[in-house]
Amino acid sequence: MSPVTTSRPRRRLVNLSNFPLFRGTSIAVLVGMYLPLLLVVFYSFNQNRLAQIWTGFSFKWYDFVFHNDDILRALKNSLIVAVVATILSTLLALGAALGMLRMARSGRVFAWGLLGAPLLIPEIVLAVGTLGFFLTIKVPLGHVALILAHTAFCIPFALLPIRARLAGLDAAPFEAATDLGANEWQILRRITLPLLAPGILAGALLAFAISLDDFITSFFIAGPGATTLPVYIFGMIRSNVTPAVNALSTLLLIFSATMLLAVYLLNRIRRSD
Amino acid sequence: MSKVRAPKSPGRPGQASSWLATPTLVFLILVILLPLLITVVYSFLSQPSLGTGVKWVFSTDAYRQIFVQEKLDGTTAFDTRYLKVLWNSFYYAGIATITTLILGIPVAMWIATRPVRFRALLVLAVTLPFWTSVLIRTYAVRQILDETGPIGGFLKIIGVGNSYQILYTPWATIIGLTYTFIPFMILPIYASAERFDFRYAEAGYDLGAKRWTVLRRIVIPGIRPGIIAGIALVFIPGLGSFLQPDMLGGGKTNMIANVIANNFGQARNWPFGSALSVFLLIFTVLFVLMVTTGVRSRGDQVRLI
Repeated sequence: MSPVTTSRPRRRLVNLSNFPLFRGTSIAVLVGMYLPLLLVVFYSFNQNRLAQIWTGFSFKWYDFVFHNDDILRALKNSLIVAVVATILSTLLALGAALGMLRMARSGRVFAWGLLGAPLLIPEIVLAVGTLGFFLTIKVPLGHVALILAHTAFCIPFALLPIRARLAGLDAAPFEAATDLGANEWQILRRITLPLLAPGILAGALLAFAISLDDFITSFFIAGPGATTLPVYIFGMIRSNVTPAVNALSTLLLIFSATMLLAVYLLNRIRRSD
Repeated sequence: MSKVRAPKSPGRPGQASSWLATPTLVFLILVILLPLLITVVYSFLSQPSLGTGVKWVFSTDAYRQIFVQEKLDGTTAFDTRYLKVLWNSFYYAGIATITTLILGIPVAMWIATRPVRFRALLVLAVTLPFWTSVLIRTYAVRQILDETGPIGGFLKIIGVGNSYQILYTPWATIIGLTYTFIPFMILPIYASAERFDFRYAEAGYDLGAKRWTVLRRIVIPGIRPGIIAGIALVFIPGLGSFLQPDMLGGGKTNMIANVIANNFGQARNWPFGSALSVFLLIFTVLFVLMVTTGVRSRGDQVRLI
């Protein structure tokens, strides 16, 4: 009996995961994304007045930031605008998300176009347009103008998590409530809003982060009295006060990262429900 | 015979009166749509002889100024300065799109082939810089590229750094655009790659295709919607970039947004700034329409928002 050659079909490992350069490129890109930011953090502790020549560890730039009246005033302006714009944009986004579910198709297309506009139209176009518009209808530049403009471009960001959560809602509690005779207002207050809560909170956090980080719109709309923190930082970079910029940037980076982690955790609630 | 009541239409869970959306739409019409319309109006007005703003006199000068320069002696000449700016905008945004695509496909594919738990973390890692301020990220790039920064320092140590100068060149702007926009490329491609059924790739291997062929003929077509969305999401905002050319290019690599900003600032020519703004808006809308309608006809689902 001749030996049977059991040639099992040679199974090559597929593995796009081993595709040459995938891993290498990915690691290089991720390092490249974080290295400049880490360097900002590193230099923020540099004692030297020239940010990029390391001469020793120091907290003095943080001290400078926390005791600089102009920076604190800009921070206050930023916070006022961000808090009010967050509340307004989250409420408006919630109304749009709920109301659009019952809109006719043509209405929905129009509404989507309006809601998506701030995401797709270059910010500079909207900023100078808003500047011209406010001057034409005599809205003075400053806090109110800033809040209106920020609310507008925060709405789509607040809307995205709310919509995502709305799309994942189970129909059962709504059917039960209808069968038990609840009216529309009761359903909204007792079922819809509690179920949407994590999405609403995530939307509010995104809106807050977007408003706080905004530069271009604030640059044109703030006017001399309502300079926000990013606008002030831009001025600092222009006049080369770099070590303090590093400290201020580090604080803002930590803040943004905290926001995003909170949104991430809120999204996980959705999955575990 | 019993009467059968038509079941009440259940509707969609959470739906409420469509009137709830009205305040939002009215607000957006006021604060988004009207400013865009006023920009168009401004672009057809004239520049006041003194101060900022516009003079309410109809004029097409703003559009003429994009192409024609009036000399001091009253003669006119074809002006290529602003065409150059338009070209720069397309060129820089285009190169950045290509670079983010070349880097983004491997990253998205790599993340999509990791174990599920690790994937979520990697997506978070890509998303995190996206939520930090563009101003700070651009400043971070500037610090890296500066001649006294780490690259310059390293080149000096190995003795070739004396002529190192990348900041304030077009390449600095392109690097800054690539750096800022790469999450916009990775995330949509990843979303497509995650849904891609890798058994197709496996089948390709089993039928004897080489790895490169599998990538080119099976995987890339499979993730095409993500690639198209990524290209749009990098190129469209890239075209309207202001901070990267301003802070990294140092005013020598103006893109269209810088000229618009300048005309609403120091140059005080609002009609001209508005005309350029209208141009940028038209390019953006054309590009969005191209992506959304052109792609739909090929049967791909591409979502920009």
